[in-house]
Amino acid sequence: MTRATERKQGFMRSLDPAVLTAFGCIVLLLVLGSFYSRSFLSPEYLLQQLKVASFLGIIATGMMLVVLLGQIDLSVPWTVATGAMMACAAAAYGPLGTTLAIPFGILCGIGIGLFNGVGVAYLRIPSMIVTLATNAVAQGVMVVYTGGFSPQDSATAAMRYLATGALIPGIPNVVFIWALIGAAMVFLLRRTGFGRAVYGIGNRERAAYLSGINTRRIVMTAFAASGGLSAFGGVLLAGYASKAAQSMGDAYLLPAIAAVVLGGTSILGGRGSYLGTVAGVILITLLQSILSVTQMPEAGRQIIYGVVIILMLLLYGRAPASR
Amino acid sequence: MENGGPLFRMEGISKRYGGVRALENAGLSVRAGAIHAVLGENGAGKSTLIKIMAGVVAADEGQMTLDAQPVKFASPAAANAAGIACVFQELSLIPELSVADNIVISNPPTRFGMIDRKAQRRIAEEALARAGAADIHPLALVKDLPLSRKQIVEIAKALARKPRILILDEATSALTAADVSKVFAVLKRLRAEGLALVYISHRMNEIAELADDCTVFRNGSKVASYAAGTRSDAEVIEMMIGREYHSVYPPKPGRLAQIAPVLETRNLSWADRLHDISFSLRSGEIVGLGGLDGQGQRDLLLALFGVLRGLRGTVLVDGSPISIGSPAQARRHGIGMALIPEDRKTEGLMQPMTVRDNLSLASLDRLTRGGIIDRAKEESAINQMMTLLAIKAGNIDAPVGALSGGNQQKVVIAKWLMRQPRIILLNDPTRGIDVGTKQEIYLLLRRLADEGAAILFYSTDYAELIGCCDRVLVLYDGTVKRELAGAEITERALIASALNIPSAEPTQREPAQ
Amino acid sequence: MKDWEYRLAEHRGTLTALAIFVVMFIIYTANHPAGFTANVIQTAANKGVLLAFVAMAQTMVVITAGIDLSVGMIFLLTNCLASWLVVGSPLETAFGVLVVLAVGALCGATNGAIVIYGRLQPIVATIATGAVYFGIALLLRPFPGGSVNEHLADALTGRIFAVVPASLVALAAVVLLIWVPFSRSVYGRAAYAAGSSETSAYMSGMPIRRGKLLAYTLSGLVAALGGLFLTFFTYTGDAAFASGNAYTLFSIAAVVLGGVSLFGGKGSAIGAVFGALAFRTIGDLLFVFDLDPLWQPLFQGLILLAAISLGALALFRVRNRLEWFL
Repeated sequence: MTRATERKQGFMRSLDPAVLTAFGCIVLLLVLGSFYSRSFLSPEYLLQQLKVASFLGIIATGMMLVVLLGQIDLSVPWTVATGAMMACAAAAYGPLGTTLAIPFGILCGIGIGLFNGVGVAYLRIPSMIVTLATNAVAQGVMVVYTGGFSPQDSATAAMRYLATGALIPGIPNVVFIWALIGAAMVFLLRRTGFGRAVYGIGNRERAAYLSGINTRRIVMTAFAASGGLSAFGGVLLAGYASKAAQSMGDAYLLPAIAAVVLGGTSILGGRGSYLGTVAGVILITLLQSILSVTQMPEAGRQIIYGVVIILMLLLYGRAPASR
Repeated sequence: MENGGPLFRMEGISKRYGGVRALENAGLSVRAGAIHAVLGENGAGKSTLIKIMAGVVAADEGQMTLDAQPVKFASPAAANAAGIACVFQELSLIPELSVADNIVISNPPTRFGMIDRKAQRRIAEEALARAGAADIHPLALVKDLPLSRKQIVEIAKALARKPRILILDEATSALTAADVSKVFAVLKRLRAEGLALVYISHRMNEIAELADDCTVFRNGSKVASYAAGTRSDAEVIEMMIGREYHSVYPPKPGRLAQIAPVLETRNLSWADRLHDISFSLRSGEIVGLGGLDGQGQRDLLLALFGVLRGLRGTVLVDGSPISIGSPAQARRHGIGMALIPEDRKTEGLMQPMTVRDNLSLASLDRLTRGGIIDRAKEESAINQMMTLLAIKAGNIDAPVGALSGGNQQKVVIAKWLMRQPRIILLNDPTRGIDVGTKQEIYLLLRRLADEGAAILFYSTDYAELIGCCDRVLVLYDGTVKRELAGAEITERALIASALNIPSAEPTQREPAQ
Repeated sequence: MKDWEYRLAEHRGTLTALAIFVVMFIIYTANHPAGFTANVIQTAANKGVLLAFVAMAQTMVVITAGIDLSVGMIFLLTNCLASWLVVGSPLETAFGVLVVLAVGALCGATNGAIVIYGRLQPIVATIATGAVYFGIALLLRPFPGGSVNEHLADALTGRIFAVVPASLVALAAVVLLIWVPFSRSVYGRAAYAAGSSETSAYMSGMPIRRGKLLAYTLSGLVAALGGLFLTFFTYTGDAAFASGNAYTLFSIAAVVLGGVSLFGGKGSAIGAVFGALAFRTIGDLLFVFDLDPLWQPLFQGLILLAAISLGALALFRVRNRLEWFL
């Protein structure tokens, strides 16, 4: 067998049924949408969707890394908000603050992620619990910091440019950023020792540990990365809206988890491809878009979300039967 | 009762797991008031047979009759209801519940829909007394009991169901000698009370003491049934292995040069599991770890590999004392240690990942440059290992779980050999794999030793220890009871020292004239 | 060891939670401007009881080694439903209460069925069903509003004999009528056993599935009781996302404080109830010490963090590092 055909087979295998189903659903949604309005298939609409999807895509990338380890990051809402608020806050401190706004926001996210990582990897607290707690603490810190009001600081020009500008005409910067992060993630997962270790730990942490992998450091790093990516998502969202807001991250937790899981990544860890996450992110974004275009109220959107996720999970996300 | 027909009978039982045949046209017939010993090598199908009997798994084919009536058990509960209770090898106790809760678990006494705690306590105390363990407190949590006591609770739990047939699967393997004799007394009393007992054990002396009837299994089929005492041990062993078992092992090099040891321990102790273990391991040598299962062999290997915390005593590599805090440190260049773990499903392999990913997992540090995998290097290292171990995998990008058990075990070994370890620790590496692969592994071990590796080899199969090892350390209750070398390594010596029987050596020397 | 020592060990978690609560409550009332009066206790009880119900609901799922991230949403949904139905004549009110409780039980049973028969992970399944329940709550009450039978509400949130808060009596009644029978039933034990070791429980022939399903169903029912009481206190229905999320989060904190193991199989809802009361009291300490209420979310987050870190102390007793990965 030649190397090329082996590679090709490897690629085909990564297209597991879940990823194909997700892409199938995307096509289905577009077709359904086009019955409602012709504009659903127009390049402008699709590009706009891609732009909206990018924010979720960046956040879901971090979530995927953590889910691949068999963990979960529930601190997304306030990590997003912290990243956004801290970046905006830094902007108030003169030119230096303005320059360092974006890295500072991301750094705050990495800090939250590191905290999560230490709790999960070194203290062995279930990730669900420790990330819920850090989410609460981050919220508490932000409430104290902002005095309970929406922060008055506004986003820097750089943040606005990244989120709304277009370096290459026609392609929004944020799409470009997502593509870069995505490419880096694919490289990380497929070509580096870190990526192999992530899959290994997700499959069987015990076996990975006994193989001499420093599992704790890798778990901690993954959480830090997830925190950093969430915060970066927050920074971009603040740029998009020109300022940060108290509950700006709430709308990203469920969609991020849903995107990762709908894209075929096992919630138990160890299995999943980034392509699937991309599909999941686009699928969720389109679903949201169509629900809002059809004037579906928030209540209906929540219900449809929940039901769609459960149905898709029942289709292919089930644990094997015990007997 | 004496000469009535069999109480329970199984005929033509077949069971497959995936493509692997566990039982083929097997049968068993037990009578009341007798102890029926089931013998066979590991993987001969004994465990599957009793799981079918106890309703844990369903047979693919075959019939079972109880009191000459055909029966079928859809679940363990159904088998219980029919009067069959089983003491499983892997404990079936709920760790967070109390002893009393566990004993009555399948059928607790209730009042007004709630569990009657007083009645429960009474039943538990009665069952514990019947199992010869009235000293266990019914309110103690199971997780707080030592393994040996848990096993007794397990027996009490089975007795509380008032069974007609009691199955014991390696029920004594975790027991201390004092508990074993208690359990034997209990079993004999139960026999006198008219129960049918099915007893699975690897220990010939236990069978000689207890059994009335024996059935030997090999490769999933029944070889023979006979009344206890009508066959010699040699005949029985011959039936179990069904072949001359010396030929499969490579020749030993004989006396080894007395060079400085690569690995040495002095008074190594850990918790209450390992006590003052001192031994040395030289390059080119295969040292076996013997003894009954669960006497600290596994803990010793884990201790050496840096997994256990709170070790006391000294570990020396190349003569200098070191402390190893994790497998990552153990595999480092200066030490070069590898551990082939006990359970390849949970400790050795990531079943859903590809053969390629599994093979490189222990060597990622060597196959990457700046964190990025060097694919050419990985490819050549993998190819080398595939050839060296003759791993039969259609496609190295297929999940390792799809390979046969033997080939999976080869992958576990290969993944470590890729690092060219100097010290190789093996934890029962041939369990549950086919004879052909076993033989390949024996040859490989000897070859690695000849090339300079130091090998510490724990096996539950005495024949392997005899056939492969230059020396054998026999562990009993966490300490080295005896060290056998060269021609001293005989089955008799191994069993005697494993059971800690001081002078069970055959009378080799004639009394001096 | 003597019998009583074993019993003490069995209830250690619950007793610790009780002790924390008592100490905190003494500090609270000692520093409260009004002191230890029936009024202070009634207010404290009414706040604490809501979380206590939700924590009890969470416990039932947690002992099966699951987690219910939709519990706060069931609480909201039943609150919104009650603000429509628990009104009018006594008969209508009674009917309304029954419907609300049945809907809560149905939500719980749905979670259970998806987890047990659908074989989905509890965490993802309940995040998703939580969205559905919240959506329904929002359908029922797009804006805060509605009403409740005020006679019933006042009776259940007032005081009995002018001293004992009625809500506490109701809580005690629920513990006695739902939790105690459940935990001592065969199914309750099966739920514990499944949480401790599902394989062993199966091998022992226990009714694991029915036990777990009952646990989830009762969890929904108890969450609905919480939702009813929320309606009694506020006289309105309000589908507030943040409030539902906060209750879910706090219920986990209360469960941990109450000595219930998040790995399943261990702990009591009674412990979780004391955990909830203690958590509320600690949160309110800020007020008696006259601190800015802005600090409350941070303070509560830190308590939660401290509570879960306590659980991690056991880690340092682990001597075989492989046990980290169980």
